[in-house]
Amino acid sequence: MAAICLKVKEKTEVTTTYFLFLRKRSQTAAAMAKLILLLLKCILFCGTVYAVFEDQVGKFDWRQQYVGKVRFCHFDGHMQSSKKVLLATESNVFAALNTRTGEVLWRHVDKTGPEGNIDAFLQNGQDSVLVVGNGRVLRSWETNIGGLNWEVVLDSGSFQSTCLVGQQGTVKNVAVLKKTAISLHYLSNGHQKWIENLPDSDTVDYQTVYSGGNGEVYVLGVVPHSHIAVVAFSVDDGEILKQSSVEAPWLSSIPESCQIVDQEMLICVDSTTMSLYTLDLTLQLQMNQIPLQSLELEVDPDFRPSLVSHQPNPAKQPLSEFFLQLGPDRYVLLQFNSGQIVMLRDFKPALLVSFATTGEKTVAAVMSPKNKTVSIVFNVLYYVAPATQASTINLYNAETGRRLLDTTLIFTMDPNGGKPERLNIQAFLKKDDSVGYRVMVQTKDHALTFIQQPGRVLWTREEALSDVLTMEMVDLPLTGTQAELEGEFGKKTDGLMSMVFKRLSSQLILLQAWIAHLWKLFYDARKPRSQVKSDISMENLSRDEFNLQKMMVMVTASGKLFGIDSKTGGILWKHYLENIPSNAGFKLMVQRTTAHFPHPPQCTLLIKDKDTGLASLHVFNPIFGKMSHVTPPALPQPILQSLMLPFMDQDYAKVLLLIDDQYKVSAFPSTKYVLQQLQEMAPTIFFFLVDSSQGRLSGYRLRTDLSTEQIWEVILPTEIQKIVSVKGKRPNEHVHSQGRVMGDRSVLYKYLNPNLLAVVTESTDLHQERSFVGIMLIDGVTGRIIHEAVQRKARGPVHVVHSENWVVYEYWSTKSRRNEFSVIELYEGMELYNSTAFSSLDRPLVPQVLQQSYIFPSSISTMEATLTEKGITSRHLLRIVSLPKMFLDPRRPEMASEQSREENLIPYAPELMIRTEWFINYNQTISRVRGIYTAPSGLESTCLVVAYGLDIYHTRVYPSKQFDVLKDDYDYMLISSVLLALFFATMISKRLAEVKLLNRAWR
Amino acid sequence: MSRHWIGDTLASDGLEAEFNGLSVPLEHSFELDDVAKFQLRGSLMLKTGREPSVSLNQNQLSEEDRTKLKEVAAVDGLYRIRVPRVFLQADKQTEWQTEGHLTAFVRACAMVESHLSDVITLHTDVSGYLIGVSIVTLPGACRGIEVEDEVDLEVFNTTLSIMAPVNAPGPETALFIQRMEQEFEKKGKNPQEQKSFFAKYWYLILGGAIFLMVSNSAQPPAGGGREQS
Repeated sequence: MAAICLKVKEKTEVTTTYFLFLRKRSQTAAAMAKLILLLLKCILFCGTVYAVFEDQVGKFDWRQQYVGKVRFCHFDGHMQSSKKVLLATESNVFAALNTRTGEVLWRHVDKTGPEGNIDAFLQNGQDSVLVVGNGRVLRSWETNIGGLNWEVVLDSGSFQSTCLVGQQGTVKNVAVLKKTAISLHYLSNGHQKWIENLPDSDTVDYQTVYSGGNGEVYVLGVVPHSHIAVVAFSVDDGEILKQSSVEAPWLSSIPESCQIVDQEMLICVDSTTMSLYTLDLTLQLQMNQIPLQSLELEVDPDFRPSLVSHQPNPAKQPLSEFFLQLGPDRYVLLQFNSGQIVMLRDFKPALLVSFATTGEKTVAAVMSPKNKTVSIVFNVLYYVAPATQASTINLYNAETGRRLLDTTLIFTMDPNGGKPERLNIQAFLKKDDSVGYRVMVQTKDHALTFIQQPGRVLWTREEALSDVLTMEMVDLPLTGTQAELEGEFGKKTDGLMSMVFKRLSSQLILLQAWIAHLWKLFYDARKPRSQVKSDISMENLSRDEFNLQKMMVMVTASGKLFGIDSKTGGILWKHYLENIPSNAGFKLMVQRTTAHFPHPPQCTLLIKDKDTGLASLHVFNPIFGKMSHVTPPALPQPILQSLMLPFMDQDYAKVLLLIDDQYKVSAFPSTKYVLQQLQEMAPTIFFFLVDSSQGRLSGYRLRTDLSTEQIWEVILPTEIQKIVSVKGKRPNEHVHSQGRVMGDRSVLYKYLNPNLLAVVTESTDLHQERSFVGIMLIDGVTGRIIHEAVQRKARGPVHVVHSENWVVYEYWSTKSRRNEFSVIELYEGMELYNSTAFSSLDRPLVPQVLQQSYIFPSSISTMEATLTEKGITSRHLLRIVSLPKMFLDPRRPEMASEQSREENLIPYAPELMIRTEWFINYNQTISRVRGIYTAPSGLESTCLVVAYGLDIYHTRVYPSKQFDVLKDDYDYMLISSVLLALFFATMISKRLAEVKLLNRAWR
Repeated sequence: MSRHWIGDTLASDGLEAEFNGLSVPLEHSFELDDVAKFQLRGSLMLKTGREPSVSLNQNQLSEEDRTKLKEVAAVDGLYRIRVPRVFLQADKQTEWQTEGHLTAFVRACAMVESHLSDVITLHTDVSGYLIGVSIVTLPGACRGIEVEDEVDLEVFNTTLSIMAPVNAPGPETALFIQRMEQEFEKKGKNPQEQKSFFAKYWYLILGGAIFLMVSNSAQPPAGGGREQS
């Protein structure tokens, strides 16, 4: 036994700092583990067990499901008591939400991109009919449980419009209009009833299909600036009943400017002639012009008027009342009455309008700002607006325009949210036959707010989180009291007495806080458990013992920023940035962490328009989301590159350098001190630019006058290959073991170049025999190509992880038709060149390159490496399947030898099996993972992982098991009782021994 | 490893060998104000074709250049080199040259302190385009050593090589299967495997039985004594 222990010691010495950080208990535990390992010589020991126990589900992890920005919305109205709202979204998701809680009842995630795009959504009773993928597929879903009723593939052709077709009061068919044909399908099974080609479809642009429930289907087309073509088909057999064309030289698009009201009456509005036009589809004689002036109405300058109509039941005719929008905040309710248009009510100001039907009653809901001043502010200057903006929603009788009593609802807008965009009204009949309603307001920041009268918010969903682009995790600040203590040591100028006094006062504050904490504990103990939870708020935000709770700062595509508590997933703050270009790229940087009290932490978001390259900066406090008082510099030139320098200004903010298209550098913050520092450091600041369109990688050096000079250039001909990604290393990663201990006790030193870039290229020739994936390792400072390799007969998408001394990439092998992994490791050799510091400029020797490839039995959407505080924990690659890096090691031998066993190398096997315990999200499916973020925690063993995409999932992983934590089910009772028992036993036996000695002495 | 090391030290056999390649200029620049002004350093003889090789024919540094290099080294300036972009697989002379240059640098002081001994590597891509050039000196460090002897800075001592990308290995299934088969055969041949359960573990069973017997016979007195007290 002793001999073996010695052996262990030898081994631990080389991995220097490994055990120093651990508490004594875990030290012995880890040593024991090694001992067991040596005893058994078990080679496959390393497959770290990940699986959680059943009672640990949800303890360290949480998942949030999202649906995306809502495109179509219907309340499930076939039953009065229904609690469902059906949503079809721009993320190609079709989902049902519970209207009481806002939770997802069920959800169907279709393919991304145009293939899964939801073109149209019709609701009839329990059935939802969707047209998907530009008219590729017609689907019907059962809304109760979300099951698929049927699905039919439609004939090819660009989708135009769809509508439900009813006859004699019941809806039996659905009509789908394509560019050249119209087809009618049965609603019960999706079978095609008939399909007809449209006449003159090469000249006429057919845009709308309509049915009023009288056995005819109207198809409306337009020849722009000439005439409208109207074709009426018979529902029964598709026979063309009528066909005509009507002069309409002012019309270009029917869906934008026309609606159908009353009995087959087409109403159009035209902004140039300032008139309404009516056309009776049954008679089809000519357009009837009604100038708006005759109704004493006027359109706001530069505003395109539009119409809103409503068809409560597809088997019946639409309402004869409709809204006409005359300006951004003005609507009028009009009625078409036997050839005449009558104005029922003028709504000014009105932001949004909507119709809703329940039973036989139809109401119009109008949202208007609460007072006039707000409405002005709304349209001109959003940031002058008061902190809380309120709007009121009222119901009006659709037939008369009279306001219904007791239907006012107040919608208080979130000052950190966007403007309301759409109203979705769920109307219902109360017991006294009056109309009650709830409303779901969609705002510009993709949030859904469900409100009940008189303004109680039932739930809010932040759908912007379905499209997270980038994120950072920021440590929470210390509590006020902790900070107070810290502050005490900060200042050294005070005298002895004041120091004593200060110490006493801070101790008093601590005592006070402790008592308050105790009181709270006592108070909470009497409450039921469920209420005690979830009271994380801004006030008690503070770092926990092991820094496991952090602030997740998420940047979404809509331009909304979120601060999320990593422990519970609760949103602590949000901030909506308006005027974000739709194709913006974001880069989030932490300029100052929470470690520099009393300076607040500071994050900077670089928002860059991808087309023009123009950028702006948003500087904020990541803990509270507040905008910083620091004014960011204006950036008039397009920005090519940004980089964070490791040195700080006098306020402990890291310096951000921005390089514009003139290769001029500007710094933020740009104080005198910073500029002076920059001048001193200029010759040591290098950066590189990648121009993938020209295949050019170039390196630059900063000059003292903040201009730059090009120092190296590598050009990859774009005819052969294109650069798909360039990956550097994360600046905050630590590597604690410089080398690997070999079986013969020598050390193989790693090549740890912090400036190394992994450049991945794909061939332009996509033929499966000639395509290849290239991987190049370039030093970012000197431009030296360290290694260059090609993976032949391979194709992208390539995912790369670059960390420590290794690069792992995954590609598709076109020859074998499978996913493969390849790992490259770089070693300096048996001795270090210059062990004190690494400099790219002084490293003449080329490292040894080892590479091995494996088959991976599954496809990968994203990949990341784990990250821990001190870097002494072995790394894992994460893809929700957490793959121990040990399995990706180019030194895995062909045949297991004695020495390789000593090193814990697993014999080479070409296939990497996925073990079920590697799935870190057990059975919680995460849809469309776009990125994985890893962050270290205060515990060396633990790494925090966030996967984001359509859903957000957060958990902890332990790449080397929880060696520094006692287990969850650790038996404290047993150990303390054993200790106590031993204590008493020694006491008693001591006493007994004394008595015995005394007795013996007497004898 | 499909690297092609043709380490020609200096221009010994540059031109006299039968040569069906092309010659491109290798230029260098070292200026006090760090504005690149490239001058001819030598010419690279590139042999085109399937297995490209390279040799170098270079001039000596003039007296004037030597002093300038030392001055540049004193202010920690850069010593840059550049080569034109070349396509090595082309058949016709007109096709091989493309627009632009590839540049690399090393600190001028490193150049001086290593007495002009440098390692220049040319990198090509799969199809034979020159994509990058790198230069390092041996030794690479700048220690601030004065180089007195002017002769040391006269002649370049260059190690030159051209490198094509390495073919990355795919998953090695064949070897693995072979190994599995070998192991399987081994197992099959091994007579121990054929033995019966008792034949294999008789000593364990015997040991267990003895242990049980011993513990059974030992227990009654001790245990019994306790119970009675």
